[in-house]
Amino acid sequence: MQRADQEGTSNVTRLSDYEKELLAGQHGEPRKWAMEMLLKVARIFDAEDMVEVTQVHLMADTEATGEEGVRFVEWIGSHPSAQSRVIIPTVTDPRGADFDAYKRVKQDERIVELERRADAAFRKIGIMMTDTCINYQTINPPVRGEHLAFGDTGSTIYANSVLGARTNFEGGPSALAAALTGRVPRYGFHLDRCRRGSTRFVVERRPKDWSEWGALGGIIGRDMRSYWQVPVIEGIEGVVTSDELKHFGAALASFGSTPLFHMVGVTPEAPDLASVFDGAPPEPRRIGKADFDRFFADYGPKGDKLDVVVFSAPQLSLFEIEALAKLLDGRKVSKDVTLIACTSPEMKTAADRMGLTASIEGAGGVLLKGVCFYQMHAREIGTANGWKTLMSNSAKIINILGGYGYDTHLADMATCVEAAVKGRIG
Amino acid sequence: MAERIYKGHVGVGPRVEGEALVASDNFSARYDLDLVKGIVSRKSHKLFGQSYVGKVLVLNAAKGGVATAWMLREMKARGRAPLALILNFANPIMAQGASFADLPMIDRFEVDITEAIKSGERVVIDPEAGTLTVVA
Repeated sequence: MQRADQEGTSNVTRLSDYEKELLAGQHGEPRKWAMEMLLKVARIFDAEDMVEVTQVHLMADTEATGEEGVRFVEWIGSHPSAQSRVIIPTVTDPRGADFDAYKRVKQDERIVELERRADAAFRKIGIMMTDTCINYQTINPPVRGEHLAFGDTGSTIYANSVLGARTNFEGGPSALAAALTGRVPRYGFHLDRCRRGSTRFVVERRPKDWSEWGALGGIIGRDMRSYWQVPVIEGIEGVVTSDELKHFGAALASFGSTPLFHMVGVTPEAPDLASVFDGAPPEPRRIGKADFDRFFADYGPKGDKLDVVVFSAPQLSLFEIEALAKLLDGRKVSKDVTLIACTSPEMKTAADRMGLTASIEGAGGVLLKGVCFYQMHAREIGTANGWKTLMSNSAKIINILGGYGYDTHLADMATCVEAAVKGRIG
Repeated sequence: MAERIYKGHVGVGPRVEGEALVASDNFSARYDLDLVKGIVSRKSHKLFGQSYVGKVLVLNAAKGGVATAWMLREMKARGRAPLALILNFANPIMAQGASFADLPMIDRFEVDITEAIKSGERVVIDPEAGTLTVVA
């Protein structure tokens, strides 16, 4: 079962003088922990050395970290700042609570209190609380060849595939280790040989809207067998927008645990098929209307009743917020349904300034900032609000919340809004 | 029956012995588990409803989101962790999570490990050597 492209030549990871100092504890206990953490992972993946990274995207909502994770960050912050502050720009993924709006979705004070502790602990060590998973659209988009430590599957797959930057999935602890040391182990998607295509798909029907782009990501993601598999997608003619690639990538990464795809003629490392395959390309799997129909049928309605409509995962771009505002303008969400949209603090401010928030909230919707629905203790708020049946245009969130006990239904944004206004799915 | 030894890649965490819980399914702590009850909560998972706590969990590939990198340590702190994780293919997230939690983990065996091991068998995990031994 071993794969040649993962076999290193030795179990020894070469370290620079600075890295040896970190390991010896000369720069304090937190950086020593960080270097040890990076080395353990380096050993599992046969990394020959470390690579310097330019920015960190830290995934650390409290549902993931638990109290144990928050205590750990507080431990880092208990050291003098020379030993505990991050040394490269470090930004955060969505958090577990919007401090200005958590009561509107009946979030437990205990959960919010832990969020406040985490927020304070991160600020203390110099982390910038951007609270967004669309940092590649809204904060500081990486460039081709830039080595990163990104920690959200959606931001990772977008940075690798659409922007041609280089990162593995650096989950919270290793992203924190990268922030404290400025490096990550050089393996996986930092290396040219791991970025070659391995599986080929021909899309015979171009997705029509964001939910269908997500569905396409889900269809391909279900076919992925390991982290190292790189799907190559052909058949998409013309321009694909940032939000379309965002929904596609987020679903592919969620269903498939996939950090990189190539879309021939669209993404920068795949001008043509020959650029991504060594030798003859494999036979493709063809994806047509029947595949989309089957995928949507898997997430079809089980009944007419509807409790909550969610637009999130990924957080909405300004363009998506505008689309939602137009659909909701002058309408009224049914009293039996809660409509929630999530975006970043920066885009929320923009939406406030441009009157888009007023359209959404005027219709009875809730626009939250700095959170994503599934990262805000979705199981608990489901119970607190009596939500069982959930509708969304995000294939990613439909996939995740299936595991949280929701009955989930995938449809395009306009259909979701119509259902929210009518108060039922049919 | 004689001991059976399976060789994987060098892993992480301490040497442990325990009972195997096996399925050919994939694994994500965030999407597949109920961390309060300590059971597998994804309805489509072959281990749905079963307790994984204290077991050597043997599954196919790491899937899904990045939360597992944090969660294994929290699960361990709360007594809701498996004893060890044995996978055909870990991904970096699982490796990071196991490293952070000091939870034994090995992947990349010479065989499909989910076919080689049966639920209920007693196994010894040695991450430093990268071996899983079924004890007679």
